[in-house]
Amino acid sequence: MSVLIIAEHDNKSLKPATLNAVTAATQIDADVHLLVAGFECQTVVEQAAAVAGVTKVMVADNAVYEHQLAENVSKLVVEIASGYGHILASATTTGKNTLPRVAALLDVAQLSDVIKVESPDTFVRPIYAGNAIATVKTTDAVKMMTIRSTGFDAAVTEGGSAEREVLSQVIASDRSRFVKEQLAESDRPELTAANVIISGGRGMGNGDNFKLLEGVADKLGAAIGASRAAVDAGFVPNDLQVGQTGKTVAPDLYIAVGISGAIQHLAGMKDSKVIVAINKDEDAPIFQVADYGLVADLFEAVPELENSL
Amino acid sequence: MKILVSVKRVIDYNVKVRVKTDHTAVDLTNVKMSMNPFCEIAVEEAIRLKEKGVASEVVVVSVGSKTCHETLRTALALGADRAIQVDTEDGLDSLSVAKLLAKVAQEEAPDLIIMGKQAIDSDNNQTGQMVAALLDYPQATFASEVVVESGDAQATNEIKVTREIDGGLQTLAITLPAVVTTDLRLNEPRFASLPNIMKAKKKPLDVKTPADLGVDIGSNISIVSVTPPPQRAGGIKVGSVAELVDKLKNEAKVVS
Ligand SMILES: Cc1cc2nc3c(=O)[nH]c(=O)nc-3n(C[C@H](O)[C@H](O)[C@H](O)COP(=O)(O)OP(=O)(O)OC[C@H]3O[C@@H](n4cnc5c(N)ncnc54)[C@H](O)[C@@H]3O)c2cc1C
Ligand SMILES: Nc1ncnc2c1ncn2[C@@H]1O[C@H](COP(=O)(O)O)[C@@H](O)[C@H]1O
Repeated sequence: MSVLIIAEHDNKSLKPATLNAVTAATQIDADVHLLVAGFECQTVVEQAAAVAGVTKVMVADNAVYEHQLAENVSKLVVEIASGYGHILASATTTGKNTLPRVAALLDVAQLSDVIKVESPDTFVRPIYAGNAIATVKTTDAVKMMTIRSTGFDAAVTEGGSAEREVLSQVIASDRSRFVKEQLAESDRPELTAANVIISGGRGMGNGDNFKLLEGVADKLGAAIGASRAAVDAGFVPNDLQVGQTGKTVAPDLYIAVGISGAIQHLAGMKDSKVIVAINKDEDAPIFQVADYGLVADLFEAVPELENSL
Repeated sequence: MKILVSVKRVIDYNVKVRVKTDHTAVDLTNVKMSMNPFCEIAVEEAIRLKEKGVASEVVVVSVGSKTCHETLRTALALGADRAIQVDTEDGLDSLSVAKLLAKVAQEEAPDLIIMGKQAIDSDNNQTGQMVAALLDYPQATFASEVVVESGDAQATNEIKVTREIDGGLQTLAITLPAVVTTDLRLNEPRFASLPNIMKAKKKPLDVKTPADLGVDIGSNISIVSVTPPPQRAGGIKVGSVAELVDKLKNEAKVVS
């Protein structure tokens, strides 16, 4: 049976996380459909149809879907759900917001943050902040799951030529209204898609000092991340938080600066290929996962690092 | 306004988790258990709304074995008015929990349901959304601010919630009754004082069963295995920034 993926996008472009979900889907079945629910989202449809492995793109283009509110998108998915053996979304804040509603309406369970497909009914997902890995089997008629991007390679963005279907259902959310959005503008790569990340923690001392990390990030083409403590203290915005309850990342290089390495932080970055830690406390737990640890005062080490790159 | 808050008893967030040697589950014997941190934030938010005079009653509910009375008493000590235990085995899947909570909500008819965004044991992040769907209520997940403009809200029955989303912050206006799930920045939970812990022992705690609520619980999900995560091979300490850069360029080859 076919697999349906709820595409992640901002009405202008398809988000990279969807590409990882496509790869997960192709490991379940060869017939992979994408749902693009949005408003004036034609460029997203073009991009979605070109993704290798996608066989069909369904588009619901209407002002009621502009902000992809969970209340109406979930009902739309339920309307088109029959015939699918699996329904997937990315394990992003959008996917996590919407997919459980679909699952409840279809009276089936949901598997969150799937990192591996063992077979079409058996999947692997981390629990307890990644301190245990569960393999679970489901016999639900429709298997619902959110896909953690770091578990799957991104599908190729070209070469596909999916069939298209226009959906005419118009479902309003009359009890949920979009008011506003404050989105961080940045020229840097998106945190979850970056090859290199440099993150700062409480040790940074204040928000201004994050400029030190920017110098290094500029040279490495890196994204900037943070620990919960740095976000809670107001040094940087919430969308930079890496961890169990923030973003999960797995870049080629992760540089943790002034971060102690609490399990909740490690949960979000310990699958990075190479981990560097700069911390003045030689007993900081971050050193237990670091490939290269530098015991030093960050205010000396980080500028020196910038100069030697 | 009446508020229903759901609280889950979970392993304390400071405990180092160990997987059982037979790889069937995580070992919870003699492990410190606490209220799920996101549920603490949910209780705190409800209590603050009560202190502001917006809420008139705060009811807390937990689904699980009798051990969750401890968690419910903690919520009562923090200021909730009464508690409900839905008596089940521990470890039900989210859909079953959501069905039970939705039934409790139908009986209690709260204006607002506040839940944690995520339980730190299952890491599911789905129960609140499921409760909202089952009740056909609007939802505002991952809340970092809940604004009830009293005069206005009474007229429109609407609250404004700021949500932490991947790109930044989003604000929604949702019509009550509704479900809100909490994120870390919503508030800083207080600690229960000793006198309040004593007083909490006298507050009402009702017990209901799934049968009382008319809910059939079951699951189509079975655990095949629970294993420890792959361990990272130990790394090295470098003596200087120069050595670090050299290793990154020539050994790890992640910097050119
Ligand atoms: C429910 C829950 C969810 C959570 N989710 C997350 C999450 O998703 N992500 C997350 O990160 N955390 C999360 N946490 C918080 C986590 O437990 C830690 O509190 C947090 O990660 C600590 O951040 P930190 O390492 O920046 O701060 P600290 O632990 O205070 O560490 C600061 C470090 O900086 C070092 N330092 C200070 N000054 C300098 C200097 N001049 N030079 C070099 N080093 C210096 C210190 O030696 C120390 O190791 C969560 C906690 C809970 C309860
Ligand atoms: N057994 C339970 N009893 C009460 N509330 C629960 C239970 N399980 C989950 N919840 C609520 O749902 C939230 C999200 O949990 P989850 O979807 O499992 O990550 C928690 O923070 C609780 O508020």
